[in-house]
Amino acid sequence: MPKKTSETPTDARVTRNRLCARIADHVAALDADRFPADRPVSLMEVCGTHTVSIHRAGLRGLLPARIRLVSGPGCPVCVTPQSYVDALIALSQQPGVRVATYGDMIRVPGRETTLERVQGDGARVSVVYGVMDALKLARERTDEQIVFAGVGFETTAPTTAVAVKLARGEGIGNFTVLGAHKLIIPAMTALLEGGEVQIDGFLCPGHVSVVIGADAYRPLAARFRRPCVVAGFEPLEMLDAIERVLRQLAAGKAEVQNAYAKVVSAAGNRAAWATIEEVFEPADTPWRGLGVIPRSGLALREALADLDAARRFGVEITDQEDAHGCRCGDVIRGLIEPPECPLFGGACTPANPVGPCMVSREGNCQAHYKYARSDG
Amino acid sequence: MTDSDHILLAHGGGGELSDTLVRTEILSRFPSRELARMADSAVLDFPGTRLAFTTDGYVVRPLFFHGGDIGRLCVAGTVNDLLMSGARPLALSLGVIVRDGFPMADFRRVLDSVAATAREAGVEIVTGDTKTVGRAAADGLFLTTSGVGVVPEGRRLDYAAARDADAVLVSGTVGDHGIAIMAEREQLGFETPVASDAAPLVELVEALLAASPGARCLKDPTRGGLAVALNEIARASGRTLVVDESAVPVRDAVAGACDLLGLDPLTVANEGKLVAVVPADEAEAALRAMRGARYGDEAAVIGRVQDGRPRVVGTSALGGQRIIEMPYGEELPRIC
Amino acid sequence: MCLAVAGKLIDRSDNDGVVDVRGNRVRARLDVVPEVEVGDHVLLHAGFAITVISAEEAAATDQAFEELERAEEDERNADRRPGDA
Repeated sequence: MPKKTSETPTDARVTRNRLCARIADHVAALDADRFPADRPVSLMEVCGTHTVSIHRAGLRGLLPARIRLVSGPGCPVCVTPQSYVDALIALSQQPGVRVATYGDMIRVPGRETTLERVQGDGARVSVVYGVMDALKLARERTDEQIVFAGVGFETTAPTTAVAVKLARGEGIGNFTVLGAHKLIIPAMTALLEGGEVQIDGFLCPGHVSVVIGADAYRPLAARFRRPCVVAGFEPLEMLDAIERVLRQLAAGKAEVQNAYAKVVSAAGNRAAWATIEEVFEPADTPWRGLGVIPRSGLALREALADLDAARRFGVEITDQEDAHGCRCGDVIRGLIEPPECPLFGGACTPANPVGPCMVSREGNCQAHYKYARSDG
Repeated sequence: MTDSDHILLAHGGGGELSDTLVRTEILSRFPSRELARMADSAVLDFPGTRLAFTTDGYVVRPLFFHGGDIGRLCVAGTVNDLLMSGARPLALSLGVIVRDGFPMADFRRVLDSVAATAREAGVEIVTGDTKTVGRAAADGLFLTTSGVGVVPEGRRLDYAAARDADAVLVSGTVGDHGIAIMAEREQLGFETPVASDAAPLVELVEALLAASPGARCLKDPTRGGLAVALNEIARASGRTLVVDESAVPVRDAVAGACDLLGLDPLTVANEGKLVAVVPADEAEAALRAMRGARYGDEAAVIGRVQDGRPRVVGTSALGGQRIIEMPYGEELPRIC
Repeated sequence: MCLAVAGKLIDRSDNDGVVDVRGNRVRARLDVVPEVEVGDHVLLHAGFAITVISAEEAAATDQAFEELERAEEDERNADRRPGDA
């Protein structure tokens, strides 16, 4: 792997200072009519990994006070409806059925309980690292129905698609997917159309963009006149991306820039996308906190219905209200900051989470709890 | 969502949930002041001497792994618990629970390992017990060791003793054992050059305490990793521990495996390491002593104690800060 | 939202590959990187390689940061007065 420059703390700080100085310059150069001085400049960082990276590097503290970083709906666990978790729980308790899931999901509270707790009661739940492990379980445990929890955005969807194809090709009859894959651009569009949150520019998710390509953001940038910069995950890469957004805003531009070109191309991974299209089709899908967004999720095509757990087991995922006073929905939409939720830090902590934003390591609430509280 | 009708795997993870279980179910029933300290060993006062006494159960899977096995672990773990109280380990008991049908060759291999590690640590196995159980009842082999040692006159190690400006040191690279074990679990799909660090730290501790007679406390960061050990010291002393995360030694392969699995190296188990809090003016001597001792060549100063709320704060190379929390329980592979 | 790790493809058998991630040998599927060759660097996510990492682009990123640092260094030198360390 090519050596990263800025290896030493001193080098890193030099670059950091340089980028911060430029950011400050851009903020000063913003058009006063478009950006009145009393209103913050809001950048939405869509992706949960960016949320964590920003907090971890203490970037918020380095930016001018006028810049507000808003965390977006890019945490697959956080935007999964509670009813999906309940469906997995119910399936795991059915005789002969085993749920295979990424570790991210097992502590997410459903209406009453979690996959982790029912696992303790004897429900069949297996944590897997990847979908291929779930397929392996299906091949080995022929007396069980393996239901794979297909969660994740466009980064993860191709992997599920490959597994579905392999299962069909090998005639594996005891493997199904309870799909919950989502598409990020429809969510970004819905937020902009909703107009509830002020968003002046986007830091676009780095790894989703590996699959969909930087060009995928062009229609959104053009239609809504917002700069979109695809960002990497190292602190300096993030700072660089922030600087580019501000530079565009100061110049009155609204373009797509790829600041993560070492892995993201303009067109994305066509092979991955082709595999997704073979297996899935866009579907209207409920997002926690955002309601049903048209064509924002991936549903198994009719021809692959026999690999769809929803059809095999008669499961319906609905968009229902969060229980227990949870305000994850508002946090996901960027309407409130985590500390504004009445449950934050009291009834809802990482050790005793009420909602997914606190369970997920990439959830805005957990990130805030761990990182932002270290000041004071 | 806190009450559980059943024991969860995470209750044994060494983190927050374990801590809660012990406090609510165990401490509440056994009103010993020594037990309430929740130190690595109990220290019992007898006329003319102080005895350290500890026990541990060993349930590791797989039984044999790169760098060690359950036999080495059960001696090293208990010996280290005695050492953390400043005791000179004397003797161990060995309790064996083994399943009907367990291969005799493996049984011998484990016992040979117990013997070799005991020799290395300079302790004797002086008493024990062996039970067999039916095939369905146990998952192969479980070991329990209890240990006793003598704490020399004048030596008093206590997490609560950490104070402002003290230095925090670690004896070497973190996360090795946990990653080595995880790699053995085939379903994670990776092989690693990393070996378990399981080792009895007799020589290291003696060298350290000789060079730093004012040492406040020692702690071995086992399940739950460095994060648990540091948090326990912070809680007991009521102070903040500030850790420079870039100073914590982590093997490249361990860092890579953690990236792969979405784990924080600070929460991954160790079985041959210790954390030491020493007065600032003894830090250099302590470091040199550890680096000169077996198993201590990668020792490092990683932070300091300061007055403030009991918590652990990690600082990054770029100047960012985070709270290093007590991990919840088991760390599981994630995608995001 | 997506943990992904870089590594080097060191072995393959059809769509089953072995990727070196800082010394760890990781099993990964290669189905969606049909153009990959042994020796390439790849980005791994959930047990799959999701893209080949372009060595030129990686170098370009490093270069961009290097330029930033050189600019800073030049400024410091320009400000330096005789007698400074």
